[in-house]
Amino acid sequence: MTPSLTDLEKGQSIGRRTVELSRADLIRYAAASGDHNPIHWNDRFAAEVGLDGVIAHGMLTMAVAVELVIAWAGDPTKVVDYQTRFTQPVPVPEPEHGSPETPTAALEVSGKVGRVDAESQTARIDLSVELASGDARSKVLTKAQAVVVLN
Amino acid sequence: MSINTAREGHTYPAVTYQVGREAVREFARAVKAEHPAHFESEAAADLGYPDVVAPPTFAVVVSQRAEAAIIADPEVGIDFSRVVHADERFVHHRPITAGETLSAATTLQRIRTMGAGAMVTTVTEITHDDAPRATVTSTLLVRTEEEAA
Repeated sequence: MTPSLTDLEKGQSIGRRTVELSRADLIRYAAASGDHNPIHWNDRFAAEVGLDGVIAHGMLTMAVAVELVIAWAGDPTKVVDYQTRFTQPVPVPEPEHGSPETPTAALEVSGKVGRVDAESQTARIDLSVELASGDARSKVLTKAQAVVVLN
Repeated sequence: MSINTAREGHTYPAVTYQVGREAVREFARAVKAEHPAHFESEAAADLGYPDVVAPPTFAVVVSQRAEAAIIADPEVGIDFSRVVHADERFVHHRPITAGETLSAATTLQRIRTMGAGAMVTTVTEITHDDAPRATVTSTLLVRTEEEAA
């Protein structure tokens, strides 16, 4: 059910979820998006341009993060504005064994109400997207904001 | 190679993109989208749309085809192997829906040169039958060779 604007308060949580990514996910996104940059599927190439290895498409991270907002709003067409800055890469290492479908990266996605605008019947959801795999937690997106129409 | 700011404000020729139902479904699966309106026409009809609706970031599939003209423009001088995506914004005027033939034209809005390179901001207007669908703003950080040396 779509949340009601009048029930929302700034700072209120819309929930959180963990999104896992595998090498197979990156290949699927490359195919579906048409972004075939080899830094997203070839470790040797990624190393040659100064990365530690293959990283996820920033646009994939952006796309999976907004799914939390869509699940909360109940309708993907309610998201009328969505923006982010890309601050840290998301390394997706080759799994040591097993299928390429084995997740080797995890993102912790959470969201809270950043602004409620009664005039435009919108709420701005501020997303937090942190890398939850590897050595240390770090923010991979900043100023990730989705404006949702609620009427 | 350095970035030439003379092309600031230039709008490149529009590209067209036919939104296929399977392309929307494939993209939705790839971004782990769950809403049935991305997959089933009936579910999209329940929301008031004639066919499956694209996830919010699907517009990048269209905009990056239009933005390619800037990367390819020798007058600008962007070395794509030195590009890092800095930020992205989608403003949706109406959801992109399967069956539409979209037109996308990119304007090179701003080039800001810095010590480490240049920030190149592009704005792509996506329309269907001249009606606005989405405005996509993208900023690329282009590292220059001076910085790499």
